[in-house]
Amino acid sequence: MVSSSQEVRIGFYVCHCGHNIASMVDCPEVARYVETLPGVVLSRDYKYMCSDPGQELVQQDIREFALNRVVVASCSPLLHEHTFRKATAAGGLNPFFFHMVNIREHDSWVHTDRAEATAKAKALARAAIRRVAHHRPLEVKQVPIHPDVLVVGGGIAGIHAALTLANAGRKVTLVEREPTIGGHMAKFDKTFPTLDCAACILTPKMSEVGAHENITLWTCSDVVKMDGYVGNYTVTVRRRPRYIDEELCTGCQECISNCVYKEPKFVDEFNEGLGKRKPIYIPFPQSTPQVVLIDPEVCLNFKRGVLTDRCKKTCVEACGDRKAITFTQREEIRELQVGTIIVATGFQTFDVKRAPQYGYGSFPNVYTALEAERLVNASGPTGGEVILRDGTQPKAIGIIHCVGSRDKKTNRWCSRVCCMYSMKLAHLLKEHSGAEIYNFYIDIRAPGKSYEEFYDKLNEEGVHFIRGRVGEVTDWAMTPEEEGKLIIRVEDTLAGFVRRIPVNMVVLSAGLEPQADAQEVRRLFNMSCGTEGFFLERHPKLAPVNTFTDGIFIAGCCQGPRDIPDTVAQAGAAAAEALVLIDRGHVEQEPNTAYILPDCSGCKSCLPLCPYTAITFDATTHRAVINEALCKGCGTCVGSCPSGSIGQNLFEDEEVFSEIEGVLSE
Amino acid sequence: MSKPKVAFYWCASCGGCEETVVDLAEDILGVVEKVDIVLWPVAMDFKYRDLEALPDRAITATLLNGAIRSSEQEEMAVLLRRKSQYLIAYGSCAHLGGIPGLANQFEREAILRFNYEEAPSVVNEARTRPQTVTEEEGRRPHLPELRHVVRSLDQVVAVDYYLPGCPPTPNLTRAAFDALLSGRLPPKGSVLAPDIALCDECPRKASRPADVAFTQFFRPHQKVLDEEKCFLPQGVVCMGPATRSGCGAQCPGGNMPCTGCFGPTSRVRDQGAKILSSLCANLGAREEKEINRVLENIPDPVGTFYRYGLASSRLRRRADLTNV
Repeated sequence: MVSSSQEVRIGFYVCHCGHNIASMVDCPEVARYVETLPGVVLSRDYKYMCSDPGQELVQQDIREFALNRVVVASCSPLLHEHTFRKATAAGGLNPFFFHMVNIREHDSWVHTDRAEATAKAKALARAAIRRVAHHRPLEVKQVPIHPDVLVVGGGIAGIHAALTLANAGRKVTLVEREPTIGGHMAKFDKTFPTLDCAACILTPKMSEVGAHENITLWTCSDVVKMDGYVGNYTVTVRRRPRYIDEELCTGCQECISNCVYKEPKFVDEFNEGLGKRKPIYIPFPQSTPQVVLIDPEVCLNFKRGVLTDRCKKTCVEACGDRKAITFTQREEIRELQVGTIIVATGFQTFDVKRAPQYGYGSFPNVYTALEAERLVNASGPTGGEVILRDGTQPKAIGIIHCVGSRDKKTNRWCSRVCCMYSMKLAHLLKEHSGAEIYNFYIDIRAPGKSYEEFYDKLNEEGVHFIRGRVGEVTDWAMTPEEEGKLIIRVEDTLAGFVRRIPVNMVVLSAGLEPQADAQEVRRLFNMSCGTEGFFLERHPKLAPVNTFTDGIFIAGCCQGPRDIPDTVAQAGAAAAEALVLIDRGHVEQEPNTAYILPDCSGCKSCLPLCPYTAITFDATTHRAVINEALCKGCGTCVGSCPSGSIGQNLFEDEEVFSEIEGVLSE
Repeated sequence: MSKPKVAFYWCASCGGCEETVVDLAEDILGVVEKVDIVLWPVAMDFKYRDLEALPDRAITATLLNGAIRSSEQEEMAVLLRRKSQYLIAYGSCAHLGGIPGLANQFEREAILRFNYEEAPSVVNEARTRPQTVTEEEGRRPHLPELRHVVRSLDQVVAVDYYLPGCPPTPNLTRAAFDALLSGRLPPKGSVLAPDIALCDECPRKASRPADVAFTQFFRPHQKVLDEEKCFLPQGVVCMGPATRSGCGAQCPGGNMPCTGCFGPTSRVRDQGAKILSSLCANLGAREEKEINRVLENIPDPVGTFYRYGLASSRLRRRADLTNV
């Protein structure tokens, strides 16, 4: 190991990169110039430094000329920094005695004057030569990866990711805030374009999750805190009471039939409010876990959520020896250790009341698409018959696309699934009611496998497609035929005039939005959001399920609107990315981390600035402390420490200042 | 054996530093007992020619306060440097340029014009300005020339030690004398004060929350200040986090925020830039418009963040440097 007090002996190499650099930079001239700089023992130009002979040259020279610093001027460090660090290490030096200069992306590729580009290459090389003299040996640390995984969100994305990992033998905890997993998909009747029954393909996967020996399923639960770093996350989960012991409940549902309420009379969330349920209930027949729950807001034994003991408790009687009903159940806070986390928290649908011109809430026969899903579902509130809120059956139905999508007033993005689900609903509503169906669309977007064919099929079935954004839905009749109907006013942009289409039922195809609490979840897991509020992937093409926090992955609609096939593919990818970390067993930590000097005054200015929450305050020493494993070396704290008491490996003040002086001096 | 010789001198300063020497109170007697004061214009009568007559390095230590802004001050700094073994920059002005250094925001011509012609209190119809040489009754008196920029002492001559503060506290002065007389001196170039920021010794330290998220700034007179709470969460700019300690946090003790007179720690090259970086990073606002609204509450950023350090900072001077 070379100590910094020893004489500095720098080897400098300038790479031609074929013609990439040499065509714009006079490489031999740069090499000749650098040879004259203090501390430089040898200076060479070479055709391809990244080639095997190029790397061997570095290793040989280190031994032969007793070099203790190496500088290579070539391409971006993103490409080959690692290559040359390895070569430096193979030559017997600490790899961090190497420094790289980018004279391709930063120079030859962006200049048109050879003399200027050569002068710039010299300046950049001079900066590196000055800087590298201050380099110190550094160590790459390995951080072990905890093999367990947390999956947040039990929709189809979370279910698929959890099963993939569990089937690979990993222990998974799946946390879901609703009383059952299944998410939005569980509410669908059929899926496009194949028209398979959503329940038939989803519920087996749900049961598999419930029964899997490697999966711990926590429903009615929220993640409230996450600490730690890749491979070593500590997650705090709040488990809300369902007033039923999950271990003891057999799912027989006798308690439900024996509830003191003989008839269901409370709003049934699972059926989008179209049906009713009792205070003790199970969201839907295939709920997972198969465990009932009590709604303390309406159960007679509670008063506004507080236990009163004033009910006859016929449910407890019915439960008998199983003793599963526990009115005294409390909220529990549980802590988990995991190495990786998959966030699959899904979406919410656009609140169609934000588009008041379509009359939702004013006209009872205006429905959201999810309500329409429940209406055509055999296990829905009407048993699959299309019976409207006023008890009638529709003869004509209008489906309005792009409600809360592609709209500057609400959400600008295309929600990707609405065209297809609108056509699916058109097919199902026609099948279930025999009504005439009108689709009002801006463009039909059907770019998936067999999607365009599905559109053709709908055309053949006689579903009407009217191109135009609907102006309003009104009950103001202008002709006797319109009396008692909902009239859809739209400019038919293909026919070229404004039309009034009277219908009995309107379905609003609401777009997809980030969950209402997406920002809190983002902060909780240290992620970023795009402008529209969906979680941001590390790279839109090359790292679509990674986030900017290592070990945290995203899947499904929380990253942006997508359909079920894409969601499942992405969930599988997220599981695979987690497995990559788990199977390698450790991550290597770049040593460019920040550290607190003993002269920290404890002013706390740095604490809120760290984007990776790597800085904490030690209350006993009254100093800030940086967790090296969490630090990504962004330098935010270093630059902003008002007393200069935070240093950073590879970015020490003397290194940076001498680099600046090198660029500016001549 | 003769007693060590000590000199006190002042350049562009307010006189407060001289006051600190007197503030040593009875301790000054101990000092006077151990040393010979060979120059102290504020208190005793000495002639420059006596000083010139001394052999070089005859003075053990010179404590020079004030910034250098005139030709005479520069001349004296050079002379005292030559005559002294140790030259100590005493107080913020000699150390960093101090309050006079704020003049570097303006060109010399603008300063002269304002002070001799435009200031509301000036009556000078002939627009007379001080001249370096004038002719009066057959004599030609010389006056020092005002330089283009105000400089800290070490921008003019080599400095051995720095005693920070506006003014330095009696404790630090006493400790410096003790070190000088006993010969237990730190490496040359040291600032003779702790190298840790003021928060370390501030009695309000514990009350600082982790996240101050500034939404508005107040100047100390615009608000009734809590006497125990850290100033930053009260929205008052305190230079403490960016300022060397050693003063005993006297200003926070008197319910006023630190203004930064002890200068930065040894690890910082530009005190104003550092506190700006820290305060701005801790703004609660995220939108540019909102950020500007918050920052508008600091009406004089240079006077706030560079009150003592402008002359020695990395900021360019508003001056013609070709003829310094």
